Amino acid sequence: MSDMVGIVIVSHSNDIAKGTADMVRQMVGGEVKVAFCGGDPDGGLGTNVGGIMDAINDAWSPKGVAILVDLGGAETNSEMAVEMLEPERRGLVVVCNAPIVEGAVMAATEAAGGSSLEQVRAVAEELSAG
Amino acid sequence: MLETSANGPFVTGKVRLEHAVGMHARPAVKLTKLAKRFQAQISIRASETADWINAKSVAKVMALRAPRHSMIEIKAHGEDAEAAVAALVDLVATDFPDVGP
Repeated sequence: MSDMVGIVIVSHSNDIAKGTADMVRQMVGGEVKVAFCGGDPDGGLGTNVGGIMDAINDAWSPKGVAILVDLGGAETNSEMAVEMLEPERRGLVVVCNAPIVEGAVMAATEAAGGSSLEQVRAVAEELSAG
Repeated sequence: MLETSANGPFVTGKVRLEHAVGMHARPAVKLTKLAKRFQAQISIRASETADWINAKSVAKVMALRAPRHSMIEIKAHGEDAEAAVAALVDLVATDFPDVGP
């Protein structure tokens, strides 16, 4: 549905990215768009900017997209992917400072209620605020 | 097992948690999602001595860690408070059934 913030999961591992996306779909339901990107094109560990941009497009919503990442390069490549979007879409994508699995489930739960991108991000980041 | 009463500006309800593992992740997500469908401010607590928490905050509901057989109290105020409490009591009483697609 287009009136809910979309969720993108970026991990170095395709298994983790896919597993996290499965968890979100099973726990929260199918109404929130969830896309994932994990591993390098050869099947090893890694992240790539092109794959992240594809995932952002898959999860795209006019309300925006929240990205959940695991480590290092997942974050920097996600930020790079955001910068490479058209200027008018850049402001509608945020990388959340949150644990990837818990953050994705909480963000999707918040998104399912029709919340704004800022609210979705705040809920995901509540976890890190401890 | 459950009661609903109008108490001042609040509508309140009580229901025993029968879910085998208590208020864990999936029940918490379902409860929060349902609560968000209502305009009313909704609070819940899992014991009479606990602080009330916002039922629309998934992180807080998950952190309840309410064990099986806890008595969940729900209170709400706002236009649709009565419907909200009834729906949430029903969700807990029916053991968090899967709904929708």
